[in-house]
Amino acid sequence: MTLATLQRDVARAVMQPLARSENMQRTAPGGGSMRSYAARYIKPNDRLTSFERLEIYNRQYWFRLLSSMNEDFPGLRAILGGRQFEAMSKAYLCDCPSRSFTLRNLGARLEPWLRQHPKWMQDKQVLALDMVRLEWADIDAFDGQASPALRAQDLSGTEGPNLRLSLQPYVQLLQLHYPVDDLLLEVKDGDHESTGFASNAFHERKKRHKVRAVAKLKAAQIFLVVHRVDFSVYFRRIGAEQFLLLNALRKGDHLMAAFESAFRKSSMPDTERGPAVQHWFQTWATLGWFCQPGKINVLSRKFAIKRA
Amino acid sequence: MPANRFNGLTDYGIGIGLRAPHYEHILSRKPVVDWFEIISENFMIDGGRPLHFLDQILEQYKVVQHGVSMYFGSAEKPDREHLRRLKALVKRTKTPWLSDHLCWGSVDGRYTHDLLPMPYTFEAAKLTAQKVREVRDFLEVPIAVENVSSYAEFHVSEMTEWEFLNEVVERADCGILLDVNNIYVSSRNHSFDPFTYVNSVPADRIAQIHIAGHSKFQKYILDTHDHPVIDPVWRLYERAIQRAGHTATLLEWDDSIPSFREVHDEAMKANRFLAVTSLAVAV
Repeated sequence: MTLATLQRDVARAVMQPLARSENMQRTAPGGGSMRSYAARYIKPNDRLTSFERLEIYNRQYWFRLLSSMNEDFPGLRAILGGRQFEAMSKAYLCDCPSRSFTLRNLGARLEPWLRQHPKWMQDKQVLALDMVRLEWADIDAFDGQASPALRAQDLSGTEGPNLRLSLQPYVQLLQLHYPVDDLLLEVKDGDHESTGFASNAFHERKKRHKVRAVAKLKAAQIFLVVHRVDFSVYFRRIGAEQFLLLNALRKGDHLMAAFESAFRKSSMPDTERGPAVQHWFQTWATLGWFCQPGKINVLSRKFAIKRA
Repeated sequence: MPANRFNGLTDYGIGIGLRAPHYEHILSRKPVVDWFEIISENFMIDGGRPLHFLDQILEQYKVVQHGVSMYFGSAEKPDREHLRRLKALVKRTKTPWLSDHLCWGSVDGRYTHDLLPMPYTFEAAKLTAQKVREVRDFLEVPIAVENVSSYAEFHVSEMTEWEFLNEVVERADCGILLDVNNIYVSSRNHSFDPFTYVNSVPADRIAQIHIAGHSKFQKYILDTHDHPVIDPVWRLYERAIQRAGHTATLLEWDDSIPSFREVHDEAMKANRFLAVTSLAVAV
C-alpha cells in the first residue's frame, strides 16, 4: 500500500460525519463495517480497539471544524437555531471540505452553497443570506489588505471628471434586505456578556433573547459599508446614492461616470447634490477608505470586486 | 550545544507562545521575555489587527515561526499559495529558523486541520524528507520538524517513531523541534519508554524544545495544551537538555489560556533545569 493510498483511505474515515451520538459511524466510507475498515490500517492496543483509536481523530475533526463555523457565523446560527445550524454546517462541510491551509477560509463558499441548498434556510432565505454575506464581509474587513492611503499629490495632474479613485481592499460594500447589522451586533453582545457565566438559566434567557431579536426583525433595505478604524471592524450605513457611487468607484469608473451611476434614479434635488457629495468624500477620506491608485495587488482587487 | 545550524546559530533562551489574549498585556507592560513563538498561519493574511500587533512585537522582541499546516508527511506536493504567503511572513519576521510538524493532514487538496500520525515506513520517510528539502530551499531558512502526539499506530509501520524521526532528519539534513510533552503523551498512548525516545534522537540536531500540558482521559492522553507541565514531562525535558545543552525552549498554552503572568511563570520553571545544565557544562 502506498503512502498516498493509506492517507486517502484514512482521511475518508476521519472526515466522514459522526453518528447522532457524536461517535464514529458503524458504516465505513463506501459501505461495509467501520470496525473492519479501521482494523485494516490501525493497530489496537491493550486499552483501545482500532475503531476507538480512529474515532479519536474522527471526533476531533468534526469538533474542530464545527467550532470554527460557530465562531465565524454566530448571526446565522441565531437565525437558523443551534440544531439547524449544526446540521447545515455538517452538510456544507461534507460538500465543501476545507481547501485552504487556514481555518480562516472555512466559510468562504458558504453563501454560494446556501444559494444552491435553500432548504437549510427554510422560510428565512433572504434574511439568512444577508447575514452570511455580512459575516463573511466582517471576516474580510478584519484582515483584508490595507494599501497606502491616498495623498493630495496622488491627485495632482488629473482632471476632476476623469479621476479614478481606488477603495481600500478591506472596505466591503453590501446591499441588504434586512438590518442584519443590528442583529449581528446584538448576537455578538450577547455572546460577550455570557463570558464567565455557567448558569443554565442565563443561557436559556440569552437563547430566548436571540430568538426574539430574530423574530422582530422586519425587512428593510439597507446599504452598508463594513470597514475598519484602528484595526477594529465597524458597520456604517449609507444612502443608496452613496452606495452606488462607491460601487462604481470600486469597479474602476472615473468620477463623472460614478456620479451618473449614483444619481441616475435619485430623487435628491440637484441643488443638494454638490454639497452632499462634498460631505461624503470628506467623510470617506477621513475614514481612510481611499488608497493610492495602482497599489492594490491583483489578488486583493479580484477578491474585493467579488465581495462587492 | 545551544547554537547550531538548525536554529540559525542562535542561542535563544526560554520563550512563550504569542497568543491573542496576551497582546495588550505584552504591548503595554513590555514584560521581559527572551523570544516569542508565533503560529505562522495566524499571520499569513493580507492585513489588519494581527499583522499590526505582530509588527509592534517585532520591534521589541525576537520571534520564531511555528507552523501547523505544512504537512511535511502528506503525499501531495506543498501548496504554492501556502508557500508564497509563508515566505512573505519569513521575510517580515526574519525568523532564524522555522518549524512545523512531522505529520500529514491534507489529501487531494482537502485539509483535515489536524496533525495526523505518520506510518513509519521508509517510503514515507523518503517522501517527507524530500518535501522538507523542497520547503527549505524555497523559504531559504533552516527547518526543524516537530514530533507530534499520536493516538493511533499503523500496521504498515516498519520502525519506531524515533527511528522514523531520525530517518527523516538525516535524509533531509534538517533540525528537530523536540516536543517532550508529545513524547510523554505518545509513550502513554503506545506504551513505550519515553526516555528511550529522548536518548535516541541525534542531540546535535535539536534546534528547539517544546514543553506543554495535556489532558488525561480514562484510556488515553490528549495533547490539549491547557494545563501546566507535569513532573514526568519536566524530567524528560531535563534529560533532553542534558543531551542537547542549553536549547531554545518554548512553553505552549493554547486553550483555557490563563494570565500572561501565569504562563510566564510556568515557562520560567525551565530555568531550574537550564541552570543545572549550564553549571555542569561549566564544571
